[in-house]
Amino acid sequence: MIKPDRIVATTCPYCGVGCNLHLHIKDDLVYKVTSPFDSPSNHGNLCVKGRFGYDFIHSKDRLTQPLMRQGERLVPAKWDEAMGHVADRLLEIREKYGPDSIGFLVSAKCTNEENYLMQKVARGLIGTNNIDHCARL
Amino acid sequence: MTNSIGDIHLADVLLVTGSNTTEAHPVISLEMKKAVRQRGAQLILIDPREIELADFAAIHLRPRSGTDIALLNAMVHVIIAEGLAKKEFIAARTENFDALAEAVKDCTPQWAEDITGIPAGMLIEAAQVYGRAGSAAIFWAMGITQSTHGTDNVQALANLALLTGNFGRPGTGVNPLRGQNNVQGACDMGGLPNVLTAYQSVTDEAIRTKFETAWGSSVKIPAKPGLTVTELMNGALHGTLKALYVMGENPFLSDPNMNHVEAALRAIEFLVVQDIFLNETAQLADVVLPAVSFAEKEGTFTNTERRIQLVRPALPIIGEARRDLDIICDLGKRLSRSNGSASSDVIHTVTDWNYTGASAVWDEIAILTPTMSGITYGRLERGGIQWPCPTPEHPGTPIMHKEKFTRGLGRFTPLIFREPAENPDDEYPFVLNTGRVLQHWHGGTMSRRSIGLNWVVPEGEIQINTDDGQGLDIATGDLIRVSSRRGEATGKARLTDKLPRGMVFMNFHFAEIPANALTNDAVDPVAKIPEYKVAAVRIERV
Ligand code: SF4
Repeated sequence: MIKPDRIVATTCPYCGVGCNLHLHIKDDLVYKVTSPFDSPSNHGNLCVKGRFGYDFIHSKDRLTQPLMRQGERLVPAKWDEAMGHVADRLLEIREKYGPDSIGFLVSAKCTNEENYLMQKVARGLIGTNNIDHCARL
Repeated sequence: MTNSIGDIHLADVLLVTGSNTTEAHPVISLEMKKAVRQRGAQLILIDPREIELADFAAIHLRPRSGTDIALLNAMVHVIIAEGLAKKEFIAARTENFDALAEAVKDCTPQWAEDITGIPAGMLIEAAQVYGRAGSAAIFWAMGITQSTHGTDNVQALANLALLTGNFGRPGTGVNPLRGQNNVQGACDMGGLPNVLTAYQSVTDEAIRTKFETAWGSSVKIPAKPGLTVTELMNGALHGTLKALYVMGENPFLSDPNMNHVEAALRAIEFLVVQDIFLNETAQLADVVLPAVSFAEKEGTFTNTERRIQLVRPALPIIGEARRDLDIICDLGKRLSRSNGSASSDVIHTVTDWNYTGASAVWDEIAILTPTMSGITYGRLERGGIQWPCPTPEHPGTPIMHKEKFTRGLGRFTPLIFREPAENPDDEYPFVLNTGRVLQHWHGGTMSRRSIGLNWVVPEGEIQINTDDGQGLDIATGDLIRVSSRRGEATGKARLTDKLPRGMVFMNFHFAEIPANALTNDAVDPVAKIPEYKVAAVRIERV
């Protein structure tokens, strides 16, 4: 039996049922997932995605550094450079074409707090209501 | 959902339509099966396909695609005609009943049979079973909303529930099953062009003033609603949208009419993508910002029953990736050109992006959002809470609309049946329907990287009815091409008796067989949701 370094209680990242999860972690790897029986939405049940669908976290395809376009290619960049460029270009475009020339797609996969802050950036700093996500989809 | 997952098993009758619950919301389907098997609840299933829930259904109605309004209007007609409408509930809690009765006067079961293909007798039986139930709950998903008359469909379902008083009690209600883990939350948080948090409208001056005052004197929120996804893409093509910032989405795969979206994304002058993978959209970006997975961050998700639950960091961040929250705050600092000294106020102005963490952001949301004001991380530590939850003492709301509706009286909406935007014809004789499979999720960015899930279902397939296949000399495993007026996709055929004749079914998890290259981007006039579930196509062997 593997003994977990820690068990972290969290919420399933797949569908809207919102099953409660216990991630069992060893050497910073999720090696097993269970669900507490007293969880209000799923009573300890999980589907195959919630139970086994976690290899993506450790995938070698994960993005690990910012990328910036140089011609046809995307090349690694420093955070400061990438973020500076994003802010400069957005401000420039707003200056030239107005706030409604900029749009934001927020995410049904991100947290409430992230979505709130992103629409705050759009409405509060850029000055546009052009904010949507793929909820309709 | 107006009700909770926990009270599904208390319903006498379940009406499930436009939801392949077993595959898309597996754990909710367990509750439905429990209601049927353990308590003898009757399941009325409305779905053209013979999905797994059909095995549990007392009545399975299989309408022609896109004819929901005809079917539901006829059910309303029967319930009124047979005196099954709950008169007291209608008198006390609703309005506009006469207009509804007038609108369905001619919607006889026979009329509906001609349109939907469902035998009038079955329709009458379904209406009787629903109308006589002590408690009846309605469930739906994208099969109802992804239509050019999705808003009408939802209102037609609400009409049924209002007519029979099925609101505000356990085992009743109108219950949309939301797809993505936090699509409910993204909407609740103002991730929509027309509303701020908890659906506070941008067109309401008092609401705008509240947020402007809170966020700082420089803020001026426009009174005009912004553009939806589909409109943003059109704007990009017409050159009016110059920059797009995409956080954690892949519109390339998930939007309808993929070729159109690709052209739009290519046309945009400046595209930023913040994601954990270099998805198809990110490959077109000017800047790609590496974010983290749910296991590396802190925050909350809101599930389909409005329950806000904690997401806790479990793993260290991979590489130089950053938490989405930190990326957004960095962006905020740079856009406001200020490092804004951290103030001690709970609400941060737009020049102060020094939040101490996700819980500090939540505290700001709670103050600005009356229906969530009673929720704190401290309370969430002890378990999720269902909004509305206006005060610290409030226990949350498992069942909505108990005494009254949010708007006061529930309003009946008279509805007129219209054909879908695109029906099959000589050139494109089949109807394409799209959906999910259990083992995969959306564009597959997460699930296809999970070895076990990908082992069970390694590739997409194109399902057609067995007789249709044989007629066209197609066998299971043959390579076939599906084309619509917008594009084409090629993949292996699977012949099945679970589809009605004339239907083609594809899931949208596999980029190699892109269902959304074919789907129609015609949208519902109110909800602006595209018609994913009905597109005319033809098939041929390659
Ligand atoms: S475990 Fe399955 S049913 Fe539960 S939230 Fe995750 S994906 Fe949905």
